[in-house]
Amino acid sequence: MNRQISLTVNDKKKEIRIDVRQSLLEVLREQLGLLSVKQGCAVGECGACTVLIDDVPIDACLYLAVWADGKSIRTVEGESRNDKLSRVQQAFVDEGAVQCGICTPGFVMAATSFVEKHHQQNISRHDIRRGLAGNLCRCTGYDTIVTAVQKCLDEDD
Amino acid sequence: MFNFKSYARAGSVQEAIQLLGQNPEAHLIAGGTDMLVKLHKGKAQFDHLVDIHDIAELNYITQNDANDIIIGPLTSFTQVAESELICKRIPVLSQAVLTIGGPQVRNMATIGGNLCNGVPSADSATPLIALNAAVTIEGRDGSRQMPLESFFLGPSQVALEQDEILTAITITRDNYTDYFGHFHKYAMREAMDISTIGCSAVCKINDGTLQDLRLAFGVAAPVPIRCKGTEDKVRGRKISPKLLTDIANNVPSDVRPRTSWRAAKDFRLQIITTLAHRVVEQAILSAGGTIQ
Repeated sequence: MNRQISLTVNDKKKEIRIDVRQSLLEVLREQLGLLSVKQGCAVGECGACTVLIDDVPIDACLYLAVWADGKSIRTVEGESRNDKLSRVQQAFVDEGAVQCGICTPGFVMAATSFVEKHHQQNISRHDIRRGLAGNLCRCTGYDTIVTAVQKCLDEDD
Repeated sequence: MFNFKSYARAGSVQEAIQLLGQNPEAHLIAGGTDMLVKLHKGKAQFDHLVDIHDIAELNYITQNDANDIIIGPLTSFTQVAESELICKRIPVLSQAVLTIGGPQVRNMATIGGNLCNGVPSADSATPLIALNAAVTIEGRDGSRQMPLESFFLGPSQVALEQDEILTAITITRDNYTDYFGHFHKYAMREAMDISTIGCSAVCKINDGTLQDLRLAFGVAAPVPIRCKGTEDKVRGRKISPKLLTDIANNVPSDVRPRTSWRAAKDFRLQIITTLAHRVVEQAILSAGGTIQ
């Protein structure tokens, strides 16, 4: 059940052989070594495996790797530029929006897509919570995360 | 790794019908947000997959010459919720689909998948049956159309033969023009939860009277249902607080909720009567009506 697929991962073109039974999560972690993509629940509840596919956030655990053929994938590994964290990553650091860290890469990717979609729009904290409703954090709660996202939305480019 | 035994990818509706015909055990997979969860849990009845994920001809929202709204079954909930046409003409549908899952799930899950799963809690089902939506089904021998309401046969059972595929969801112009609606989902959380009860009301008002009401509930019976007894009783009546109370008092005779771990039967009935009152009230208000 093998297939050859070509995809772009964090701006790099890849040609890989996958099994059609593999999830994108498994391919990203096991074949491409992108360990920021976490497996939490494996059934689309927790968002720890969130990656962007053509800039749209999805749960990589509920996405067949074969569907990624021809697509562009973004994970946390590709978000910093020249050793400089992305705006969203830096805001998470500044606000202390991290405790154990398992949910963080998924949150950063969901937040990145939310900020790109709603930058400089009038967005309430409740809207941010709705936008991040597909990600669970079991340590520290969501206030610092929401504040980090709010800062990014308000910032100038 | 998911452990299905065979996998075939369809590039078109015709190819999907053909592939289903070749393997009587095959099931369709579309957005995957339900199917891959079932596969993760190792459900053997889904061992053979026909993948329709990338059939572009089934992903669209459009209006035909008669101004009917037609939704392709592979349209994601995000696409439905963000569609200008849906938001303008049948906002009750975008309101309902925004309560499903979270953003990541709505980006993948398809409206056709939600209907074809046939669960009583499908949140896109109640606004669509309240809008008298019809479904188009294609198979070896051509296509047929039926009301969405009769598409639901029982829990996880829909009127699809094994080698048939849902190809369109249609809301005709007369079924949405001058109608206004409201949706409410009662659940334990505001996101990533399954409806305890879902309710959609669509109404048309004229000069202080309720010309037409279509009231639908999810999880109030083995399938998403309409409250036709109540609808018939109140059609043409003057809008008043008494009318809302009468609607609320009458709906229990239209529903058959059951006890599950999520909620007991009598609690569900309580939610149903409360929502009938509130959701119809909101629908009347959004139609520009006043209740006094």
